[in-house]
Amino acid sequence: MQTKRSTFSNKWLPYALLAPQVIITLIFFVWPASQALIQSVYRQGDAFGIRPPTFVGFRNFMLLFEDALYLNSLKVTLIFSVGTTLLSMSVALLFAVMVNRMIRSRDSYTTFLVWPYAIAPAIAGVLWWFIFNPNIGILPYVLQGVGYNWNHRSSSNDAMILIIIAAAWKQISYNFLFFLAGLQSIPHSLIEAAAIDGASRMKRFWTIVFPLLSPITFFLMVVNIVYAMFDTFGVIHATTEGGPAQATNILVYKVFRDGFVNLNIGSSAAQSVILMGIVIVLTVVQFRYIERRVNY
Amino acid sequence: MASIHIDNLHKVYAGGVQAVTGISLDVQDGEMIVLVGPSGCGKSTLLRMVAGLETISSGTLKIGDRVVNNLEPADRDIAMVFQNYALYPHMTVYNNLAYGLKNRKMPKAEIDRRVQEAATMLEIAPFLDRKPRNLSGGQRQRVAMGRALVREPAAFLFDEPLSNLDAKLRVQMRVEIKQLQRRLRTTSLYVTHDQLEALTLADRLVVLNGGMIEQVGTPMEVYNKPASLFVAGFIGSPAMNMISADYLREKGAVFPKSLPEGTDLIGIRPDELTLVPPTGDQLAVSGKLMLLEPAGAESHLYIHLEGSDQPVVMRVSGVPDMQDGQTVQMHAKVDALHPFSKATGRRTG
Repeated sequence: MQTKRSTFSNKWLPYALLAPQVIITLIFFVWPASQALIQSVYRQGDAFGIRPPTFVGFRNFMLLFEDALYLNSLKVTLIFSVGTTLLSMSVALLFAVMVNRMIRSRDSYTTFLVWPYAIAPAIAGVLWWFIFNPNIGILPYVLQGVGYNWNHRSSSNDAMILIIIAAAWKQISYNFLFFLAGLQSIPHSLIEAAAIDGASRMKRFWTIVFPLLSPITFFLMVVNIVYAMFDTFGVIHATTEGGPAQATNILVYKVFRDGFVNLNIGSSAAQSVILMGIVIVLTVVQFRYIERRVNY
Repeated sequence: MASIHIDNLHKVYAGGVQAVTGISLDVQDGEMIVLVGPSGCGKSTLLRMVAGLETISSGTLKIGDRVVNNLEPADRDIAMVFQNYALYPHMTVYNNLAYGLKNRKMPKAEIDRRVQEAATMLEIAPFLDRKPRNLSGGQRQRVAMGRALVREPAAFLFDEPLSNLDAKLRVQMRVEIKQLQRRLRTTSLYVTHDQLEALTLADRLVVLNGGMIEQVGTPMEVYNKPASLFVAGFIGSPAMNMISADYLREKGAVFPKSLPEGTDLIGIRPDELTLVPPTGDQLAVSGKLMLLEPAGAESHLYIHLEGSDQPVVMRVSGVPDMQDGQTVQMHAKVDALHPFSKATGRRTG
């Protein structure tokens, strides 16, 4: 393959052009990441310099895995990300299938369904805070009517449901677009052939359409898990703040609480390093399988 | 197996476009009917209405003794072969064939028997474990046929099944489809825009134009006695020459018998024009040779008639020794003339 090479007359120009991106990466990514790596193996010194930071090896990590609160946070994160991914993907797929059946109104529906994606997570969080507010919210009021006493400030189940809905809501737009594009790329004659072959509408969906969507489904699954684990800080901060009683304290939020609120920098750094590891694994999985595609 | 009765079928799309306007057709049990016509003539729409993939705006459609107007495609007991084959890409060839049978809750052993039988018949048995993407175009075509075959339906519907194949394979598959249909004697509706495919495959040919039937008949009937100017121009290659009757008279051509009333156009097939006078009643006309086109075993002569804008095409065997610009005397048997009326577009006799 031939690649076109540009040559610069000035030796420094290419470096100068690259510099902004490199500097940003260094300051906002490489430096904090290396700090986290270093801090994760140190015990924090005191504020007056009487006891200097001490090297403790993997003690921070070991302590984490003996800590019931951390293990609880792992469990909460698992429930939260699986719940968010399942909810956002299934609702998005349902919308996509329904919109795909429209003919003239398809574009308008698509536009409306994509709008939520443009809303900042914190704003969406406040929105949900109002809707679910046990005192003034509309939803608890309605639920009271059917005999359910909603209170996400005292019930950990309610709190979990709240953050799953709030986090999934925004992601539905994104998933919807991908699913719709996927559905439109399936040749119509396949569906017709299946109809002639005696498959009911449901059967056609599960035996033809869904398998053909599998590459997109897999891609979205990874993207959504990454989103739920790392991108939902705003949602939680604006709604439950990790409560009640750690019920919604997912890993990312716990890093923030332990580090910036409780000032346990060593533990917080160790948690960040674990998160970094998870991101790396997910990214590798994504690249490996998306490259090869889940082939049919 | 069953006959198909199409009675005054109409298709009007939501925008008001009329795709099919009042088509009536009786397909006998075991017959192979080819629907042929240019793009947009409604042939595919008609086929899809029979399949149940398009709703019927008005009219009656019967397969066997049942009116199937409002039945789902699955309940019409038909099988269809699509232009792009529409094989399920995520299933093996075996499962592609078995899918329709599984949906009908057929016992496993029976499914297996039918799939194996069809695979043997179509010579795709070695590929049963492969996915469609690992097959060549011709093999995919066979799988698509096999999927229709295993169902043992009342009728086969073919929607331009050969148009994605290269020329050589197309001829080969055409022969195989014909042999298969002869053997199984399953009622078949076959859509194509290729007139050669239509002539070779059909028991009867239906020529469609503008959503209406121009002519129904055996291939030889349609070829020898085209009912309209459209059919005359569409069936046969090179197309039939059309010369105004007045022009011929002016040039001194003598029609031994009087022409049927209303005739103002005379159609002559390129191979019915000869350089040597035939025996019996004949018509003669002369023109200048514009171009000689050798095409292997035969040659096409393009002859300019003075005062006419359309050249006359003539087909002769071999390559005659002629020069461009030379005057050519053409002869045609009077029996071979096709009289048409320009005004109605129909044959006059």
